[in-house]
Amino acid sequence: MLGFAVRRLMQAIVVLLVVALLSFSLFRFVGDPVNMMVGIETSIQEREALRERLGLNDPIPVQFGRFVVKAAQFDFGTSYQFHQPVSELFAKRIPATLELSFMSALFALAVGVPMGIYAGLNRESRLSKLFLSVSLVGISLPTFFIGILLIFLFSVTLQWLPSYGRGEVVKIGSWWTTGLLTWSGLKALIMPSITLGLYQMTLIMRLIRAEMLEVIRTDYIKFARARGLPDRIVHFRHALKNTLVPVITITGLQLGALIAFATITETVFQWPGMGIMFLQAVQNVDIPIMSAYLLLTAFLFVVINFIVDILYFLIDPRLRVERA
Amino acid sequence: MKTKSLIVAAAAFVGLTISSAQAETLKFAFQGTLNTLDPYSLNETFTLSALGNTYEGLTRRNEKLEIEPSLAESWEVIEPNRWRFHLRKGVKFQNGNDFNAEDVAFSLKRLHSEGSDLAKRVNADVKLEIVDDYTVDFVLPSPNPILPYEWDTWYIMDKEWTEEHDAVAVTSASDTTPNYAALHANGTGPFKIVSHEPGVKTVYEKYDGWWDKPTHNLDTVEFTPIGSDATRVAALLSGELDMVYPIPVQDVKRVEDNPGTRALIGPELRTIFLGMDQMRDELLYSNVKGKNPFKDVRVRKAFYQAIDIEAIKSKVMRNLSTPSALMISPFLFARSDEFKRFPYDPKAAKALLADAGYPDGFEVGMDCPNDRYVNDEAICQAVAAMLARIGVKVDLNAQPKAKYFAKVLASGGYDTSFYLLGWTPGSFDSWNILDNLIQCRDEKGKGGAFNLGGYCNKKVDELADEILVENDQTKRDALIAEAFTISNDEVAHIPLHQQALAWGVRDGVEVAQRADNQFLFRFVTKK
Repeated sequence: MLGFAVRRLMQAIVVLLVVALLSFSLFRFVGDPVNMMVGIETSIQEREALRERLGLNDPIPVQFGRFVVKAAQFDFGTSYQFHQPVSELFAKRIPATLELSFMSALFALAVGVPMGIYAGLNRESRLSKLFLSVSLVGISLPTFFIGILLIFLFSVTLQWLPSYGRGEVVKIGSWWTTGLLTWSGLKALIMPSITLGLYQMTLIMRLIRAEMLEVIRTDYIKFARARGLPDRIVHFRHALKNTLVPVITITGLQLGALIAFATITETVFQWPGMGIMFLQAVQNVDIPIMSAYLLLTAFLFVVINFIVDILYFLIDPRLRVERA
Repeated sequence: MKTKSLIVAAAAFVGLTISSAQAETLKFAFQGTLNTLDPYSLNETFTLSALGNTYEGLTRRNEKLEIEPSLAESWEVIEPNRWRFHLRKGVKFQNGNDFNAEDVAFSLKRLHSEGSDLAKRVNADVKLEIVDDYTVDFVLPSPNPILPYEWDTWYIMDKEWTEEHDAVAVTSASDTTPNYAALHANGTGPFKIVSHEPGVKTVYEKYDGWWDKPTHNLDTVEFTPIGSDATRVAALLSGELDMVYPIPVQDVKRVEDNPGTRALIGPELRTIFLGMDQMRDELLYSNVKGKNPFKDVRVRKAFYQAIDIEAIKSKVMRNLSTPSALMISPFLFARSDEFKRFPYDPKAAKALLADAGYPDGFEVGMDCPNDRYVNDEAICQAVAAMLARIGVKVDLNAQPKAKYFAKVLASGGYDTSFYLLGWTPGSFDSWNILDNLIQCRDEKGKGGAFNLGGYCNKKVDELADEILVENDQTKRDALIAEAFTISNDEVAHIPLHQQALAWGVRDGVEVAQRADNQFLFRFVTKK
């Protein structure tokens, strides 16, 4: 177990280094940051001086080395746009993104699981067919389109929900903020969570349905029925439990995806999280923010993968037996 | 007696709460973010406009962009090289400090320090002399009739406040520690900034100690950046916001048709134009080898006459543009109505091309931004289609501004043959256009640094030098007209149009839409 964890950790470090290198080499193609930092009348000499001060004239390997050494100490430099330390900016934006991601995951699970079970057990019913069509919409429509559709329906036409922002937030501790404790904050969460979680919801629903159909056909379910166990116990204790292993894996990985790729949803709803900051950074060639975000995303996936691996180890008895 | 005074006090209290319940809050959104509160960090319209509610300059501009006294009550040219400014007495900064000549001297020094992006507001060789607490002299090396033209956005900071918070150095991007002045503001203006989260929200409150009599009726202003066009418009339509800008041209009708909102359309000062590389001996992106077709004025004029500006106006800009014969907005040059565009005439254009030795046209690469100006990429596509009619095949390279500017500006080595650019003269004066866009430059960009095509005529340069120091307005205008006539006849650039400003406003909110796209709260009233 320990050896397994250590091996994984080494791999994780290699992955992070590779991501850092890849993202760093990409930045040479996004444009000139100096142009985005100064007004149009700034003279060429002043621009050149700024390039020099920022260290943009150094050779790429030198810039990369400096970046890695600093990043290892959690110093990601100063944002070109905001003139503030990147780590501080991320600390301010993380609560918004995490809250949105967890609410989306919650939505995906709370709606997707029951729908999947129902569709798996009653595959011929009309409701199941409706669920399947709805899930097709969720998978095929792009996120920004769903978001804008929701805004025009619930904000512009019905005027029930706010179209942008987090509403009122409450400060907890020194840096965490939450919108879960105010009415306007909760209302602001509804549309972005649904938009972000819709794809995951349909994924989970389809996965559970497929797994259910598979499990229902197995011998032990037939045997359980033959024993005269009530449907409720057969369905939920025996069938559902066995469908959950792949669902946990997918949910774990998808949570990473929700956090990392909330970018579009955050942009549509002007959600003040990390994703929108990253997108603005790309538009303005804010290299410190971009590199920190890409590293953070890679780090997140590595951590989640690591946890999922460990969970496998704990959940699936076969793995343990083989190792032993 | 005691009870009575209590009742009076209670009544007064109730009265107070009622009036504060009627406190007017203005909520508005803009597409970009307010990244820094330091008034010398970034020379960009929105930043300066947002800070112009808190900070003030010695001068200011009214709704019609006319210069008015602000922190200076009056000024006079006492000798050709010496301007005297009489400062307003009794002005207090928002932290309670007094405003005086020391603050002006300090602000000038800070304006010229390293990291300041607005150093050009006052020429580096201008010296300031303090005459007394409320009088300062600016001593110039040579006469300059437009000295205070840009001073409405040279904001005066408080010396004591800035020094106390260790913010004397202008925040520049390479600094590792944030500057206090980048996150806090202390001006003399009508609103103070009470909270500022960069990229999220900025809240202003009315400053009761403002020296001028407010014509606005706002108590609080909330600014949120909303980058997505659809969301910004939706937030206005749903009534969540009182004002948003800009409105994309395709949504103007929607905002108009929606009950309770309206669109404000006005001409902007920025001129959109095309430029051609006239400097290199061979174009970087063309099938013509060994020579540069753009060096021939007939080719440039053919390009000009091939462009159907009215079609661009009606089809691409949905009538939200004003075709322009000059490189400057007609608002900024008194004699601009004397100038006419070369007429749209594809036949004449084709004949000109044939004269120049290109009867079958040629191929040329065109650079174009796709997220900088209103419908910039669509304009380039339309131009490409129009040029195709006279046999010129345009290979369009439209890319985001970050990449576009890195390629075509001096830092990219002027890597372009044919490009689209927009320019607003920061000083609202023609000399700025001549200086930046029309004057000769060398390969490094010395001279007219933004004259990307490298048009060069020594006569125009001489005129520009005269214009800079000519104090007589009529003579000066004549010189400007002469310079523009030469550069127009030689088709230094192909001016296209001034794009329109489009703001969305909720009914009951009155705003002044300034042609420089500044949104100032002191012109706002809300019912």
